[in-house]
Amino acid sequence: MRFALLQLRDRSAAEDAVQEALLAAIQGASRFAGQSSERTWLVGILKHKIVDNVRKASREQPIESLEDRGEDLDAFFSDDGHFAEAPQQWANPERSFEEKGFFDALERCLQSLPRNTARAFTMREVMGLETDEICKELRISTSNCWVMLYRARMSLRACLERTWFLAGSGRAG
Amino acid sequence: MAFRLTCKEASKLISDGMDRRLSVPERIRLRLHVSICDACTRFTSQVAFLRRALKAFPGRDDPEGR
Repeated sequence: MRFALLQLRDRSAAEDAVQEALLAAIQGASRFAGQSSERTWLVGILKHKIVDNVRKASREQPIESLEDRGEDLDAFFSDDGHFAEAPQQWANPERSFEEKGFFDALERCLQSLPRNTARAFTMREVMGLETDEICKELRISTSNCWVMLYRARMSLRACLERTWFLAGSGRAG
Repeated sequence: MAFRLTCKEASKLISDGMDRRLSVPERIRLRLHVSICDACTRFTSQVAFLRRALKAFPGRDDPEGR
């Protein structure tokens, strides 16, 4: 549910998607041969439902006509193209997966992204779609898509560094 | 773009490289830049970490289905 909510940014749409996924799961239960865990299987169905939902929503929304050149990203750099704040060393990032609170911090950072940027990024990284599929779903150009993914990575990296890795929240070392 | 990349150009190529195949000149220029730039070396491993974190994310949903 949290996963659906993150992607759709709308509680009722997220609940619908989860419900549809569960229905589809019940209908398809006989075909489930036990080749993956039930959880993986359900998340797989949910992903399809979310893609359907995003597709529907982008049909209803007006197309963004402006070319996204990522001007807002200039703020991350000085005029001569250096990082305004250079990325710091992260101590033991892999251990974060085991630490309470890391995924909450990640979720908060994802929520702070612009809506379409978060959509494009979760379609790419959580659902593993290729960029041409994402462009088609969101009806944006390929280069727009790359700029969006770049923005998501720049923003998330900075956000996690600020709120998790350098904040020392719940971390030892 | 001059032959030598700035961090701004390099970080965009690092990100693009996760979504498309970079051209040979792009890869050569990126490798040259990253080999002498600590900030972009960290950036590279941090965006790779982000990819692993996002892959692990859905499985971390809380059990009561909030």
